[in-house]
Amino acid sequence: MASQGPSRRALLKGALATSALPALGSLGISATPAFAEPNWKKYAGTTIEANLIKGPRGELLQKYASEFTDLTGIKVESELIPEQQQRQKAVIELTSGKPNFDVIHLSYHVQKRQFDKAGWLADISGFMKDPTLTTPDLTVDDFSPGGRTFAENDKGVMHSLPWSVDYFILYYNKELFAKKNVAVPKTFDEMVVAAEKLNDPSAGIYGFTGRGLRNANMALWTNFFLNYGGEFLDDKGNILTDGPEAIEATKVYQRLMKSAPPGVAGFNWMESMASLTQGRAAMWIDADGWAPPIEDPNASRVVGKIGYTLVPAGPKGQYSSTYGDGIGIAKTSTKKEAAYLYCQWAVSKQMGARLLQSGGGVPFRNSILNDETVRKGVKTQEWLDAVIASAKISKLGLPVIVPVAEFRDLVGSALTATLSGADPATELKKAHEQFRPILERSEKT
Amino acid sequence: MIVVMAVIVFPWAYTIWMSLHEWKVGQAPTFVGFANYMRLPGDARFVESVWHTLVYTVLSVVLPLILGTLAAVVFNNRFPLRGFIRGLFILPMMATPVAIALVWTMMFHPQLGVLNYMLSLVGLPPSLWVFHPGTVIPSLVLVETWQWTPLVMLIVLGGLSALPSEPYESAQIDGATPWQTFRHISLPMIMPFLFIAAMIRMIDAVKSFDIIFAITQGGPGNASETINLYLYSVAFVYYDVGYGSAIVVVFFALIVALAGALLHLRQRTHWNESGGSA
Repeated sequence: MASQGPSRRALLKGALATSALPALGSLGISATPAFAEPNWKKYAGTTIEANLIKGPRGELLQKYASEFTDLTGIKVESELIPEQQQRQKAVIELTSGKPNFDVIHLSYHVQKRQFDKAGWLADISGFMKDPTLTTPDLTVDDFSPGGRTFAENDKGVMHSLPWSVDYFILYYNKELFAKKNVAVPKTFDEMVVAAEKLNDPSAGIYGFTGRGLRNANMALWTNFFLNYGGEFLDDKGNILTDGPEAIEATKVYQRLMKSAPPGVAGFNWMESMASLTQGRAAMWIDADGWAPPIEDPNASRVVGKIGYTLVPAGPKGQYSSTYGDGIGIAKTSTKKEAAYLYCQWAVSKQMGARLLQSGGGVPFRNSILNDETVRKGVKTQEWLDAVIASAKISKLGLPVIVPVAEFRDLVGSALTATLSGADPATELKKAHEQFRPILERSEKT
Repeated sequence: MIVVMAVIVFPWAYTIWMSLHEWKVGQAPTFVGFANYMRLPGDARFVESVWHTLVYTVLSVVLPLILGTLAAVVFNNRFPLRGFIRGLFILPMMATPVAIALVWTMMFHPQLGVLNYMLSLVGLPPSLWVFHPGTVIPSLVLVETWQWTPLVMLIVLGGLSALPSEPYESAQIDGATPWQTFRHISLPMIMPFLFIAAMIRMIDAVKSFDIIFAITQGGPGNASETINLYLYSVAFVYYDVGYGSAIVVVFFALIVALAGALLHLRQRTHWNESGGSA
């Protein structure tokens, strides 16, 4: 993350632009809030427990936790656990009815429906409207539509605060494009043609790289699916990812992957990124978080050579497949208000600016992305422009169902099979025959 | 007795009880009798995972057994730097599986990995290693073999060093070749040690998880998904604990069957505690 790292000056400027102003006291900066601030000290002396995912986002909260304690007098005991294990621990503890945490970091794209259905999280809609608890700048409208969809249940009740989002974008190697005089593709049709032109296996250069590994490949494939007019579910909750849109999308995925490096059926983001950063792939579609390693001269051979832009359009629209994290409060917590102050601080402009400028994630809040001062602290402006543009065309990248992991595994296996030449329609049908009873069992009971 | 009940009997009884219920974490369990077991034969992923487990286990036992025995025969002789080279040879056993997996993942990379570079040096075409359904299991077995051949070597070496010298002296007088000496004297006498090594390797290979999970996550597709990995997905990713428990029970039965087959083989060949075969 070194190359994307925040400059101290930029960070302080970003912090000045925030309205979680009392926090600035700890930075030695005084300011007068424009609106009435909540009573931050109301729950001083409370200790809360936070269960966080190990990674740049969770680490950022832990790193600056003392600022939150200075601001509120609330002590935070947080644990950072690797993603898979954190999900398991959270689910097991929540199922027990007596979780050991007040605050929980959740992966929306995997857990939203599961958490909604089980009713594990506290309703924070009231807190959001309470001026003694919430800063005036924190409004529901400030979150991107994708974030709101993730955070609210089907009745519009808010159960968490949208924290960090992953939009899918197109990374492309400008040098390879220039060498073959190829234009940056705006549509998938153009992209397939460009990939075929840029493909040069004899020189070890491939036109495209991306996820082919079962499960991981779904995140890439849904970009095609959405832009070919696909919808995950009908109004009765039936899964639609074996219909004509899905088949057409899979054909394009299959064709594009023919211009990918050998072995792409086993590629996750790590292998794909290696191909791009070593200058062996001309294009890559993946989540927006990879600018820091790409622009790191110690890890990349393509520093300054990569362009960042939108995922190309399909015949039925242009969407960026979207995934995200939120932060919520356990329904059984006895310290909900104190926990809410912590969640609010986690998604504050100050912490959001730090997240963005460090390359650790992209805040769901538009006011952070659009803040000029914050933007100036981001090193790769082209990347930021691609992210901001993607936010406007964002669409959830997975169906909101409980068995989302089974869905990813089964359809993902079908997609992997198509990379060896299997027929998309046959493979998708087979996957859905296996998946439908699973969906029946878990979703419709 | 209470401790035995707590750590062995109760978990098993509870697992069997869970296997008779439809139970997703977050929902109440419903008694379904043997429905979870009835699902197994029709579950293509499960059937495939059983096959992968058997192939993976057999290869991961046989290859280290052959190579470990060869290494033991070599290290049983005296030559310069023997101790130092033997020390190097057993280093893989000491490494952490996840660290091994990360290093091998990089080595396997079809474009950037050192293995394909080495193949190119001797004029061989590149392989897709763990990135192709056809080569993924042999490639994973390669890692397993690299790590655990030294263990077999140590066990067999212990056996060889404990053998009496008289039969070898007689063989030398009779003019037996090194192969004849090994085939007719050493091999029968080290059979009990090979059996122990095979047993340890089988138990270890059948429950392999970390290396496979960290390198392939069961992919490409489901090409390297063993029962252990599928079980992990069902129980801890899909949170289907009822069905997962049924898989555990069947998996346990499979391990018992494999161990029984090995014991049966031992009895048929009359390997015994003092060594030698009838």
